[in-house]
Amino acid sequence: MRHLLNPLDFSVEEIEQLLDLAADIEHNLPGYAHVCDGKKIATLFYEPSTRTRLSFEAAMLNLGGSVLGFSSAASSSAAKGESVSDTIRMISCYADICAMRHPKEGAPLVASLHSSIPVINAGDGGHQHPTQTLTDLMTIRSLLGRLDNMTVGLCGDLKFGRTVHSLINALVRYPDVKFVLISPPELRVPEYIREDVLKANNIRFVEVGNLDEAMPQLDILYMTRVQRERFFNEEDYIRLKDCYILDKAKMKLAKERMFVLHPLPRVNEISVEVDNDPRAAYFRQVQYGVYVRMALIMTLLEVKKPC
Amino acid sequence: MLNISGLKEGIVLDHIQAGKSLDIYYHLGLDKLECEVAIIKNARSSKMGRKDIIKIDGALDQLDLKVLGYIDHNITVNIIKDNKIVEKKALKLPKKITNVIHCKNPRCITSVEQELPHVFYLADEATETYRCLYCEEKYGK
Repeated sequence: MRHLLNPLDFSVEEIEQLLDLAADIEHNLPGYAHVCDGKKIATLFYEPSTRTRLSFEAAMLNLGGSVLGFSSAASSSAAKGESVSDTIRMISCYADICAMRHPKEGAPLVASLHSSIPVINAGDGGHQHPTQTLTDLMTIRSLLGRLDNMTVGLCGDLKFGRTVHSLINALVRYPDVKFVLISPPELRVPEYIREDVLKANNIRFVEVGNLDEAMPQLDILYMTRVQRERFFNEEDYIRLKDCYILDKAKMKLAKERMFVLHPLPRVNEISVEVDNDPRAAYFRQVQYGVYVRMALIMTLLEVKKPC
Repeated sequence: MLNISGLKEGIVLDHIQAGKSLDIYYHLGLDKLECEVAIIKNARSSKMGRKDIIKIDGALDQLDLKVLGYIDHNITVNIIKDNKIVEKKALKLPKKITNVIHCKNPRCITSVEQELPHVFYLADEATETYRCLYCEEKYGK
């Protein structure tokens, strides 16, 4: 039995297979409508999420399975003090697979150590968010046609943004990927990403503060939201929340074949005037997220592709 | 010179940095064992100036000495049988340590689930860096 806790749990080859399956699902959705008949996914969301939870639920429903779960810690036994390990032992009796989001880092790992069903990390604190990474990889591969030989700009909250950490971890395994890390000094990538991931793998990267200057060289611009819930200090949040706003003027500086991704929800960091730009790919990214989660559920449940 | 009798069978931990013997006493769980233990503090040493020594009577199978590699891999571990040193164990940094150090990341799951063991794995041998198994927070020595 396998879990997905970290983007690196799958090799490059396994990710290729998963993305191939997701692409096949995209082009033949009705063919997959019953491959998970009778299977159940438990969505254990200890903190609010609309997109990720609904994406998992849509994915399982598209495969013919059903869903159960909770959408906040307050509506679960965690409010009564139940531990993650006890909860997962109980959920293992109800469902065939589970997706867990938790505000504390490492909670899905704890769950996997006590689970008899596959556990998918649907985001743990500021740590990892591997299914968003799979979504990002599928979006990039579908739009650019490759996952190598590109310059990726990551902009905004690079310190607490778990999607950023996961994406960097995944992309360093592909040749000739260069990173432009655009953030205010307070929100730079954590030291372990800089030292143990980027420098340790001899990856070319620069850390800059100016988005305008970075725009012309980018093949992908990955925007992120400054997340209020990651700050202990409200003043810091207010000071930093609008540090980057992508608008039409900035888009004029970009290549014609550049794509803007965002894990969503956005607040102010992408102006709505950018939405109609063909390079704005963040809503297509949501659709890719459903396909890739369908492929992941099938893979972890060892469900065969329909003939 | 303090005189402590020899061991027939047991372990002598030598070349402990002066003043660290009590830390090691507790990390090894010697306070929970019933065997005789002699702690010698500030013994004269030609190599170290001053050093601590711990002599443990018996308990050969009851101690997990891996933790010593984390605390100080310069400690010499002498295994005594029939009044003779039969083995000198070289200490290495352990790949994994449990409940020796604690994760200080307030966002780590261990900060709210008190019963979880604090497990760290060796992330970089050259810099002696350990990371929390759960949240990957760094713990430098």
